[in-house]
Amino acid sequence: MTVTEEHAPEIGKARARKEDARLITGRSRYTDNMVLPGMLHLAMVRSPLARARITSIDTSAARSAPGVVRVLTGKDLTGEQGSMPNAWPVTEDQKAPPHPAVAEETVNFAGEIVAVVIARSPAAARDAVELVDVDYEPLTPVVDLATAARDEELIYPELGTNHSATWVFDSAEAGTGGDIKEAISAAEIVVERTFRQQRLIPAFMEPRSTVVDPTGEQLTVWSATQIPHILRVMLALTLGIPESKLRVIAPDVGGGFGGKLQVTPEEVITVLAARHTGKPCKYTETRSETMVGAHHGRDQIQTLRISAKADGTVTGLDVHLVANMGAYLGLITSGIPILGAFMYNGIYKFPAYRFECTNVFTNQVWTDAYRGAGRPEATFAIERMMDELATELGMDPIEVREKNWIQHDEFPFATVSSLEYDSGNYEAATAKALELFGYDELRAEQTRRRESGDVVQLGIGVSTFTEMCGLAPSRVLGALSYAAGGWEHAQVRVLPTGKVEVVTGVSPHGQGHVTSWSQIVADRLGVAFEDVEVLHGDTQVSQRGLDTYGSRSLAVGGMAVVAAADKVIEKAKVVAAHLLEAATDDIEFSGGQFTVRGTDQGVGFGDVAFAVFAAHDLPDGFEPSLDSDATYDPENFSFPHGTHLAAMEVDTETGQVRVRKYVCVDDVGNVINPMIVDGQVHGGLAQGIAQALFEEAVYDDSGTLLTGSFTEYLVPSAPDLPSFTTDRTVTPSTTNALGVKGVGEAGTIASTPAIVNGVLDAIRQFGVSDVEMPCSPSRVWHAIQAARVGSGAGTGHTGTGGEEARR
Amino acid sequence: MIPSAFDYEAPATVAEALTLLADDSREVKVLAGGQSLLPVLKLRMADPELVVSLQQIDELRGVRMEDQTLVIGAMTRHADVAREPLIGAHAPLLARAAAEIADPQVRHRGTIGGAVVHADPASDMPATLCALEAQMQVVGPSGQRTVPAAEFFEDFFTTVVEEDELLTAIRVPSYDDWGIGYEKFTRVAQQWPIVSVAAMVRLEGGSIAEARVALGNMDTVPVRAAGVEAALSGAAPTQEAVAAACASAAEGTNPTEDLNGDATYRRHLATVLARRAVLAAVADAGA
Amino acid sequence: MASRTITLTVDGVSYTDDVEPRLLLVQYLREVLGKTGTLVGCDTTNCGACTVLVDGESIKSCTMLAVEADGHEVTTIEGLATDGQLHPLQKAFNECHALQCGFCTSGMIMQSVSLLAENSRPTDQEVREGLEGNLCRCTGYQNIVAAVQQAAGEGAAR
Repeated sequence: MTVTEEHAPEIGKARARKEDARLITGRSRYTDNMVLPGMLHLAMVRSPLARARITSIDTSAARSAPGVVRVLTGKDLTGEQGSMPNAWPVTEDQKAPPHPAVAEETVNFAGEIVAVVIARSPAAARDAVELVDVDYEPLTPVVDLATAARDEELIYPELGTNHSATWVFDSAEAGTGGDIKEAISAAEIVVERTFRQQRLIPAFMEPRSTVVDPTGEQLTVWSATQIPHILRVMLALTLGIPESKLRVIAPDVGGGFGGKLQVTPEEVITVLAARHTGKPCKYTETRSETMVGAHHGRDQIQTLRISAKADGTVTGLDVHLVANMGAYLGLITSGIPILGAFMYNGIYKFPAYRFECTNVFTNQVWTDAYRGAGRPEATFAIERMMDELATELGMDPIEVREKNWIQHDEFPFATVSSLEYDSGNYEAATAKALELFGYDELRAEQTRRRESGDVVQLGIGVSTFTEMCGLAPSRVLGALSYAAGGWEHAQVRVLPTGKVEVVTGVSPHGQGHVTSWSQIVADRLGVAFEDVEVLHGDTQVSQRGLDTYGSRSLAVGGMAVVAAADKVIEKAKVVAAHLLEAATDDIEFSGGQFTVRGTDQGVGFGDVAFAVFAAHDLPDGFEPSLDSDATYDPENFSFPHGTHLAAMEVDTETGQVRVRKYVCVDDVGNVINPMIVDGQVHGGLAQGIAQALFEEAVYDDSGTLLTGSFTEYLVPSAPDLPSFTTDRTVTPSTTNALGVKGVGEAGTIASTPAIVNGVLDAIRQFGVSDVEMPCSPSRVWHAIQAARVGSGAGTGHTGTGGEEARR
Repeated sequence: MIPSAFDYEAPATVAEALTLLADDSREVKVLAGGQSLLPVLKLRMADPELVVSLQQIDELRGVRMEDQTLVIGAMTRHADVAREPLIGAHAPLLARAAAEIADPQVRHRGTIGGAVVHADPASDMPATLCALEAQMQVVGPSGQRTVPAAEFFEDFFTTVVEEDELLTAIRVPSYDDWGIGYEKFTRVAQQWPIVSVAAMVRLEGGSIAEARVALGNMDTVPVRAAGVEAALSGAAPTQEAVAAACASAAEGTNPTEDLNGDATYRRHLATVLARRAVLAAVADAGA
Repeated sequence: MASRTITLTVDGVSYTDDVEPRLLLVQYLREVLGKTGTLVGCDTTNCGACTVLVDGESIKSCTMLAVEADGHEVTTIEGLATDGQLHPLQKAFNECHALQCGFCTSGMIMQSVSLLAENSRPTDQEVREGLEGNLCRCTGYQNIVAAVQQAAGEGAAR
């Protein structure tokens, strides 16, 4: 037993992903790929009207159509289907209507399910949908958010208002800062702006799909979900099925971005269909159904007032939100804007802060998590405001930020919104970004283009952001009235041959956790990267977990893996000491070798694993297993940050906008796999840029979704995006032992304001002060025209924003 | 995603196809590549009882020259139109516009005849063929007729081709000495153009002898910018002269309003894109 | 409605089946042949997830009837590797981290095969334009472009 060579560290290596082997060869296991014996197929009858009373449903023709097994309406399921869950009552008096999976009395958005056809083939089910005859008594739809907020027409008269809840944070009351009224009255300058966060569609590439097999001892549910564990609990609570009789599996899942952080009517319906028929049932939505029926994101009106001194020092921030819930409260619909409440102060030292959000119902599909969930909205607003302040004061946008941001030597920093930022270095990230960007040269080019009156004008957009990741300390979630905790679970199982199975409670759907977790465990236990198998996404295998969202998987789930691996080592040390005839306290572990301190005597991890398996010669009282569980509850959030710079070209003749150059320097703490981190940033940037320039879910006045397919809802393809320059600074988180912070949402959160600030920087010279998102060519052109024609106070709002879109 | 059920025939000759189309007891749709028809069927915006595929009819495919005129079979795929040397040599504007249609997969399957008869005013082929003064060869129970592109398009998604007729070929005159320009304005690459402009010019003695300018998506049918063409005729091939001529590009148009822009914006775009397309054509012609 | 008999070759194997005329090629591949490597991401011919090769050229298999494939040769992602050797594009997608959730990947790789067959040494811009009919929501496309270029450099088009 002698020591072998050092194990080269896996953490930090750009390992190609283990997950890819099957995905690049077509051996994928998405839910819709599943076929079970005797499986039946579901198709949904959806309301074409945004608000109506269901007066009658005639299913007789559909029931007698070829291949049809059963047709279910809301009336058939009354008393059985319960109400779809909302896990985040943000206030004690939060109002919400009941939300049956299949509408019973009324429909409240176009696309809501009113009946379900169950048939022997997908085609038979689809054909019979045409034969279900639904009579509606139309009711006045309330589509516009501002109109709904005025309570003129009540969507749910029994609630007495369209307002679901109003949530307030006030730094004076919380004792975290001053009084906003005093700050504003004492200010040398006050800037007020209103921004519109347009409604977005998550647009994961895999349409949602659910398969339910009722034939076993447990009801088995396969679903395209981010949250198999939460889904299991919620299905049990909603349908009264004992949780122990439910097994939920998230197989390969084709993207989520928050869009699959939901317990859906379609999942509940597929469970009920399987229970009614006793047969395996499958429902796969079409993309057109995804667009109208899966939750949307964002959709807020944000009014901000910022008070400052004439030198640019901010003295206070007052935020008023009106947030569109849509027709119902989904799983965490109500909490999404509240997540933003803690982020409006961004990276800055604001002495006073007040936030008030009113959640309002409309006759549209409900909103819920979409990549960033509350934090992109907050970051957009404050980063736009910092530019507005700089403009009002004639300062450079970088300069005004520098004046207000937290210095690197001021961490840990207690923020005005009650968080404690553990670490960060905004100066370093910004300096690196400016250098990579060539800030001064681009400013010079901007001046040249202005002076020569070039058709194509250049703008430079700045966004310095932070976000709260690693959701979340359970006590914080409790204080916010969220129904669950924020811990994560992991198990490390040591196989007789020394290979390792890692069970994780997070549920990857593209993030590469299998690869990253293998790297972590390989280093921790000194085993080969290839010898680590990561298991997830099946409640029968991964018995505890809280799943994947909020950039939590590594900072929370990864830490649980570390904790479980460390327990394995502690157990193995006892065995190693026994095998080496040494005291446990004298055993050191490094690179997969247990050694006796001060000697060259050692034993390998694999030998210990086999010794435990054989159990022939173990210390007295030693339980013959190295397997270990850990549940990790973080003590704090983690706070990635970064500086993003966008050089935007605006064709002033057509309004066309192009990203000429995009540079970002993110600080996500320590990096497990730089290739995966870069990939997360790229994808995040694409989505954030798409919000700024391309995407918007638009309803007409009757509540019909006009952007109901990828023909109208403009998801960018490869030629629509630039090549990004990404780089990093590393300021490890001090909250967790890995020093990691989270990266899944950073690009999305940071990029939107960088792009819009860049567009405005190019055209402010004409008197334009705002362009609503998405900054489409027509909006940009109209804004320039209005500014040139008018008194120089042009904005992209009037006649070019939502009004135009709803004509 | 699942069309309504239909019967399917794939005749081998035009005559057989016409016999099938003559059956007025059933609603029939012609499948000519299907890149517009199949999405419509999948969304059940149409539910024909019979689909007649033209895929097996060899006589509808291919490109040949007949007396200085290109004859392009209706079932010639966009990808083939884009790369066919004869078209590149004699009607480069057509090749250029065909290369801009939708995406590579659609161009591998979609056909020029299918796109033309579908008659989406925003699609690339209708305006381009108007600029080229193409002749559409239509055959029906009463024989063959030839219709100028300018008269071929009647309305949104409507052409002169009757339900019992087929477009068999498109005849395009040679434009060997012309310069071309094509401007397609979209917000994302996948999108149908908000406005498109197809332009050609012929230079003679240092000035523009002839010009053709056609606009896509500025009305329910493609529009020839006759005023622009007239103003360009004899004009100097300069920025200023071209800009002046193109200022009237939107005259007489009636563009739609949608999420991508109102009529005012589209009219403005038409003038900018016309100028850019013509200037590109001038440069291409070697001015 | 009368079914039709079709005979076609998929991934090198000849199949004869009776199919409903309305059956889309992608549904035939997935539901009749069990070739679930080819995926459906939309119903409007936008996303490209279902891209396969017909007679060596890329098409969207959601926008072609199975009956139209009668007599033709179809290649899916499942037939791309030969003798257990990954195609250079498959290898490059893995090495360049050109996929995350993997749902667009089959179509993205098949379109890239077609792209390189038509242009063996494309510029980055030509790669981007060649992939305009394929949507990816995860990667921002940057690593996909890199993967296609890596494969092009290795002579993937040969």
